[in-house]
Amino acid sequence: MEYQELLHRCFRCGWCKLPLNFVDINCPAYMTYRFESFSPGGRLWLIRAWLQGDVEMSDRFREIIFSCATCKNCVEACALPKIKDNLVDIVIAARNEIVQTGKLPGPVRDYLMRVYDTGNPYGKPQADRLRWTDGLDVPLYRDQEFLLFIGDVGAFDESGMEMARNVAKALQLAGVSFGIMGEEEISDGNDVYALGEKDLFKHLAERLMKGFGDRGVKKIIALSPHSYNAFKNYYAAAGGKIDVLHFSHLLALKLSNINGGTLQARVTFHDPCYLGRWNNDYNACRSVLGGIRGIELAEMERNRANSLCCGGGGGNFFTAMLGSGPDSPSRHRVREALDTGADILAVACPICRKMLEDAVKDESAEDSIRVRDIAGIVLEAAGAWH
Amino acid sequence: MEGILKELEDIVGRRYVSASPEEKYIYSRDQGLQEPHDPDAVVLPGSTEEVQAVIRLANRERVPVVPMGGGLVLSGLTIPQKGGIVLDMKRMNRIIEVNETSRYAVVEGGVSQGVLKAYLERRHPGLKHSLPDAPPVATIAGNVAIHGSGHLSQSEGGFHSEMVTGLEAVLPTGEAVRLGSCSTVPGWFSRAPLPDLAGLFLGWNGTTGIITKIGIKLFPKPKMEDILVYMTGSVDILPDLIYRITGTEMAEDMVAAISPKPDWLRGFPILLITVTANSEEEMAMKVGIIRESVRHYYQTMESGFMPVPPYMKSQFLGAPLKDLSKFADVMKGGGFEYVGSIMPVEKLPGACSAGLDIAEKHRVTCSMGARVIGRGHCMMFFNAYAFNRADEDNMARSALALEETNRATLELGGIPWKAEAPGQQDILRKMEPGTIQLMNRIRSLLDPNGIMNPGNWEAR
Ligand SMILES: Cc1cc2nc3c(=O)[nH]c(=O)nc-3n(C[C@H](O)[C@H](O)[C@H](O)COP(=O)(O)OP(=O)(O)OC[C@H]3O[C@@H](n4cnc5c(N)ncnc54)[C@H](O)[C@@H]3O)c2cc1C
Ligand code: SF4
Ligand code: SF4
Repeated sequence: MEYQELLHRCFRCGWCKLPLNFVDINCPAYMTYRFESFSPGGRLWLIRAWLQGDVEMSDRFREIIFSCATCKNCVEACALPKIKDNLVDIVIAARNEIVQTGKLPGPVRDYLMRVYDTGNPYGKPQADRLRWTDGLDVPLYRDQEFLLFIGDVGAFDESGMEMARNVAKALQLAGVSFGIMGEEEISDGNDVYALGEKDLFKHLAERLMKGFGDRGVKKIIALSPHSYNAFKNYYAAAGGKIDVLHFSHLLALKLSNINGGTLQARVTFHDPCYLGRWNNDYNACRSVLGGIRGIELAEMERNRANSLCCGGGGGNFFTAMLGSGPDSPSRHRVREALDTGADILAVACPICRKMLEDAVKDESAEDSIRVRDIAGIVLEAAGAWH
Repeated sequence: MEGILKELEDIVGRRYVSASPEEKYIYSRDQGLQEPHDPDAVVLPGSTEEVQAVIRLANRERVPVVPMGGGLVLSGLTIPQKGGIVLDMKRMNRIIEVNETSRYAVVEGGVSQGVLKAYLERRHPGLKHSLPDAPPVATIAGNVAIHGSGHLSQSEGGFHSEMVTGLEAVLPTGEAVRLGSCSTVPGWFSRAPLPDLAGLFLGWNGTTGIITKIGIKLFPKPKMEDILVYMTGSVDILPDLIYRITGTEMAEDMVAAISPKPDWLRGFPILLITVTANSEEEMAMKVGIIRESVRHYYQTMESGFMPVPPYMKSQFLGAPLKDLSKFADVMKGGGFEYVGSIMPVEKLPGACSAGLDIAEKHRVTCSMGARVIGRGHCMMFFNAYAFNRADEDNMARSALALEETNRATLELGGIPWKAEAPGQQDILRKMEPGTIQLMNRIRSLLDPNGIMNPGNWEAR
């Protein structure tokens, strides 16, 4: 297995379970299961045990390996440099080994099969990818400055679709010239990669790269931080030359184009892992929120590099291995947001949006806090909401 | 075990019981050099009542129970030597109370050092507790159960077990008891003036019961801290340096580091002195007094205070020190274990030369040092051996070095701390028979079926 030679170097000291400021457990998988085996170090020791034949491949073993949300808190906090640099890659490599065996946990197998068969994890017809545009005037990409890449959740999930509409409207309001791929868009492969299916990822990436090339796309705006990460890091590493921004970057740049407005609200911002820890961007969304009159930004105790993942990363949004119980990361996160006294929990990722919306309902906190994406907040302030 | 598993699930909930090979594997071993041994089940209780129910069941079935906190003791004390149930306490993670005026906190038995630190920083920024340099997921209860020590052990009254203001514990027969002021009145402020029963759970390695709540002293947190580094050419003067500096009562923490690595440090022990203050004037005054106390040495010998650039200071200041965990990577092998010896400060030079001899004999990488406890009443001298988990020969040699260090400590007049089971036997062999008998009587009275962490403190 790739990285095998590093495994014995993990001390299982557990720094990786906490954020840098120690506020509370910050590994979503360990937070949910609470057994040492589900902590980052425990996982590494078990991978080594498996490779040495000390434990066998079992359903439990697969559950341990696939419950990691690839949120990179452990990478931030790990004490030992060599392990720290490669922690999540090691987990992905182990998943890749399991993929090779062909014996995957049911939800992981189903997810990958659907992407393979239909180009999206919902198993829906590609024609449905345009449903979110109903009632909107969103052109297909021709020669606009940007391609707006919607991603699977933005195209198929009800909450994600609402976010896609918000982002499109906010970008239009800001005067950004963009078009979409519509039915030709397929899964970006970020979470396929995170689940260790590197061949399927390669196939998706090649198809998308061709699609971009055929259209002469030069610059992409990603709705989802997951797509942003794939294009920026994986496609680029595979030789794909793409100039990609997350939609928050453009809103931060162009906010002055929108005739501002005011929103009297106390807002707390939830950093998405694939924007924050994966790509070291903690400022764009805060700068958008900071640019709106009336917003008072109240940080959660775990913010920026210490942020708690919503639990939907690494394919978990689709495989639901971390569940939605009171100990799930999204429920913890909502309780943390409530502690700030904020009226709005701001998000910048369609997966976080859906996970946290559900968690607000599960916590019966709908009267105290509402989840809003950054673009929706911009629209609300500008009086262009709905 | 099948039937018991079902009952355990009824007590704590299905998702918090496991007898899977994966959990058995992880809970069968720690980071150190002791032989692994599988538990029959791992159980994660969420409340005192759940702990009580598990213990009653274990008693009925004569199944061993091993309490575990962070599992970071390194010396195998949470390895279930005779199988049974490992009780991972970390779901009991509530901070129950902080009494700002009387400066104590009450926490559940699975609260970690890091989480308490963070909580105090946010809500009680003028207070702190004494942190060990263990990784921050180590628990308060696990640490006092082995007489741990830390950053305020020098200045604020010794071992962390001495900072305990009260306990709630579940006895090996399942009753929950409260010890200290909390047994009689609502506050958890003191163990005196009552008969001190808390000692029945401190230093016993979880063999007398399970700590489910703990009151721990908090201390004022000065606004500033600084570090002085005194370098000497000889370990022989360290005891007197420590004596003089502790005599000033100006230092918060004092740690001697005697390291064969890096090479340039070999033969140049350093003394790290942490000073805290609330103003520049106070800091200057304290530093001045400390300097003055050892003037005799730096004027007459080749030794003195080293200039410390800011980036270096940050390596020494703050708690817990992350760099200590990095010692596990010295051999690029993810492992270290240390003998911590509680011994009088004047034994330091002897401990150093014994340590160097042992390391050389077994060809192992050793780092040594000592944290001063109290005003030099004693010290925790450590011989830390880094090993490579992928190199069996290296691990075997490190294990031999540890065993020999335990014996050398006892010969020098010290006592190995948190000793591995074989090290405990070395201690017991030197112990007065009357003391052993008393320990045995207490154990059999509290734990008639011998279910609590068997294999530890087993005085024969
Ligand atoms: C890098 C490093 C640095 C360290 N530095 C220090 C230091 O500066 N000072 C120091 O004191 N230690 C230090 N240690 C040693 C050790 O990690 C700490 O003492 C730690 O606090 C032990 O706590 P734990 O929760 O990990 O205990 P565990 O390892 O889980 O348990 C220790 C013992 O206590 C028992 N126990 C645990 N919980 C309970 C409970 N609730 N009730 C009854 N018994 C219980 C266990 O059965 C076991 O016998 C260090 C370790 C490392 C790896
Ligand atoms: S992953 Fe890093 S921090 Fe976590 S246990 Fe391993 S070495 Fe320690
Ligand atoms: S990436 Fe996140 S979920 Fe995965 S082991 Fe690290 S901290 Fe846990």
